Amino acid sequence: MAKTILEMDNITKTFPGVKALDNVNFKVEEGEIHFLVGENGAGKSTLMKVLSGVYPYGEYEGDIVYQGKVQQFHKINDSVDVGIAIIYQELALFPDLSVYENIYIGNEVKHNGIINWNQTIVKAKDMLKKVNLKVKPETLIKDLGVGKQQLIEIAKALSKEVKLLILDEPTAALNEDDSENLLELIKELKKQGITCIMISHKLKEVVAIADKATILRDGQTICTLEKAKGEIDEKTIIRHMVGREMNQIYPKRENHEIGDTILELKNWSAYDGQLGRHVVKNADLKLNRGEIIGISGLMGAGRTELALSMFGNPKNYKLKGDLVLNQQPVHFKHTSDAIKAGMAYVTEDRKGNGLFLLQNITKNVSASKLQGIAHHGIINNNEEIKIAEHYKNSLHIKASSIEQLVGKLSGGNQQKVSLGKWLFAGPNILILDEPTRGIDVGAKFEIYTVMNELVEKGLSIIMISSELGEVLGMSDRVYVMAEGEIKGELDSQSADQEKIMELATQ
Amino acid sequence: MKILQETQQLIKDNIRDYGMYIALFVIMLTFNMMTDGTFMSSRNISNLLDSAGYIAVLAVGMTLVIVIRHIDLSVGYVAGFLGAIAAILLMQQGLSIYLVIPIILALGIIIGLANGFLIAQLGIPAFVASLAGMLIFRGALLKVTEGTGTIIVQNEVFNALGNGFIPSLGMVNARHLLTIIIGVLGVLFFVYSELKTRHDKVKYNFDVISVPIFAVKLTLISLIIAYITWILAGYNGFSWTLMIVLFVTIVYHFISNKTVLGRQIYAVGSNPEAAHLSGINVKKITYLVMGSMSMLAALSGILYTARLQSATTTAGMLFELDAIAAAYVGGVSSAGGVGKVTGAIIGAIVMASLTNGMNLLGVGISYQYMIRGGVLAGAVIFDVLTRKRGK
Repeated sequence: MAKTILEMDNITKTFPGVKALDNVNFKVEEGEIHFLVGENGAGKSTLMKVLSGVYPYGEYEGDIVYQGKVQQFHKINDSVDVGIAIIYQELALFPDLSVYENIYIGNEVKHNGIINWNQTIVKAKDMLKKVNLKVKPETLIKDLGVGKQQLIEIAKALSKEVKLLILDEPTAALNEDDSENLLELIKELKKQGITCIMISHKLKEVVAIADKATILRDGQTICTLEKAKGEIDEKTIIRHMVGREMNQIYPKRENHEIGDTILELKNWSAYDGQLGRHVVKNADLKLNRGEIIGISGLMGAGRTELALSMFGNPKNYKLKGDLVLNQQPVHFKHTSDAIKAGMAYVTEDRKGNGLFLLQNITKNVSASKLQGIAHHGIINNNEEIKIAEHYKNSLHIKASSIEQLVGKLSGGNQQKVSLGKWLFAGPNILILDEPTRGIDVGAKFEIYTVMNELVEKGLSIIMISSELGEVLGMSDRVYVMAEGEIKGELDSQSADQEKIMELATQ
Repeated sequence: MKILQETQQLIKDNIRDYGMYIALFVIMLTFNMMTDGTFMSSRNISNLLDSAGYIAVLAVGMTLVIVIRHIDLSVGYVAGFLGAIAAILLMQQGLSIYLVIPIILALGIIIGLANGFLIAQLGIPAFVASLAGMLIFRGALLKVTEGTGTIIVQNEVFNALGNGFIPSLGMVNARHLLTIIIGVLGVLFFVYSELKTRHDKVKYNFDVISVPIFAVKLTLISLIIAYITWILAGYNGFSWTLMIVLFVTIVYHFISNKTVLGRQIYAVGSNPEAAHLSGINVKKITYLVMGSMSMLAALSGILYTARLQSATTTAGMLFELDAIAAAYVGGVSSAGGVGKVTGAIIGAIVMASLTNGMNLLGVGISYQYMIRGGVLAGAVIFDVLTRKRGK
């Protein structure tokens, strides 16, 4: 029986209004590869942040027992000092510094405060050998691919004499070869006695290299599967991941007629020059009049990117393939073209790129169709007020008045303002990106009701959502994305949580 | 009792705006007492407003530049350079002033669009792009004045822009008649627009301030306009500079508050990404704002050259910093999306009052800089603190 290296007992972590972790128990034995699996928002990353001290001692309840001792990490360095290293999905490297500088940053090879660069380079070479990476230590990070950067991160962790290595979705941004490489390396590290916790959405990987897999769902530990007992296979994992009861009620649509195809994507690809990879690959998709289609998938599957690439391409992706609107191929040069063509996009990140937080409700609602309230470029304030009042009442936005700053509203009401803003633009096609993220049940129901009213009027809706219940409850058809590709299409009768998750974790 | 509470609430909600006016009021009153009334004399106020003119127009443009999260350091020497070009066209080329002014303003717009190209198209940080412009136009100013040194402008119409006054149409009790007429019209227009706004708000059942407070506000501001008019009418009346500044302020105030373009500018400043996703052309807005900035720099150059009646080799030095300071005193926020054109004007007057008042008192130049720096820091600290409390 191997020694237990880490035990997290009854960890509870609450954010305002949400219990992100609810009495989670998590046990890792020395020298094993242990996967954490769960849907978006299941609490995996939060648990790892508790472990690494991002959420310091006192902000959570429960105990962390590491190497037989109860630990109290007050800051990230406390966990680093005892040999815990975490590598996030977004790499924390300095692109303009060299490989050796990156490996030893914060952990410099120094004598009386003076850095010994020559020794640093020698040591860095050793570390690079350990991760099987053949690059010169002088290479700048920005000149390396993502796969190699990932390895540099690991080398950096190794240089700190790590005992417990945590990787948060390390292969999400990697191609097949690089992923393979990384998994091999992790097996190699296991032989050297390093314990590894991995968060991953790719179940193939779990099946391939996991010794154990703990499944989280809605902030609770569901079970731990063991390879030794033959428990780790994709079906079993999926069953445990999604086994949620459908307790949310979705309003039913009345006389709901589906018309002709209004939007079609043919072999649609988007290449992100900055990331140096395709964020959308060969997507084929159809949207009919009066229809709600759901786009499901896990984080990083390329759903938001798909929406942006259709909606005037604000991120300047290199696009390939056809976007067909009402049987006419279209090329949008700017988001304003997409809006003119009858599209609207309610963003995932309300505060970041959806709303003008320092402006009031009135100005937010009118922002995407200013010419609609203006005559010869001069704004008719009375008209604007009428429209803002209209949406405040019809969407039940709770605010003291339409002059209230949007930044001071609750999440649900902000979402309604965002929705109102786009309804005012008068679209035929409404793209909703995570329309109910972070809002309460009552507001969710109201938004669903509005969605139903809209499709009854003949609008078409593309709903991007990570909530399986919502996707199943609201969509006529579901597309599932993973790694930028559409992995499958399901109709509302045949779709269920297991099928979606199977496609999403390919 | 209720009125008292409402007043308190009103001051709390608008502390940032009121604070600026109160500060200006306190500064003026203090200087007036310390100079035994010289500060508020007709002649001095007239002089003060004229001396603020060429910075005030820059501050208006700078406010919008800062609202869209950029900065323009080149405006000072652009003003100096274009002022010199104006002098050359007038004196050496013998062009008509009615041709020279549009040419200079057009050159300003072209320079601004070039700035816009660097910033919007190539993505160069505005600080660096305009720093390069500052150096280039400093050199250009030296180059065009190299042969001649200071160029004296002998054109009465041109010089009147910086020194002249509007015609009086006759004097009443030794007061300037046209000035009084304009002042009265100004008060009437102000009262009318306030009443209309209030009427509209009542129509939509919005909260409005109570009648007594509204009446006090109307009377107070009307009195201030009337008083300033009265003071100026006792000297030479409104100057052309003041009329130009008023015109620029009204136009920019209107654009920023009442037009689609203005709304788009504030949207871009407030959240560029959201603006882009709302179909607003962020690049176009950047071009326009930078273009307008340099056009105002050209205007500033004209005003300054006219005021000195000559183009000098050092014209425009540090204008940009005065304009930026005025904009910040006027309540613009570098986080973007916040700042008023009217605030910039008040900011420019605050800074000009400080200089003017301290000159009257004979304060040494060393202390003058320190005090102005202190006021700038104070204004921004006040801004940050009141904004924090607002959240």
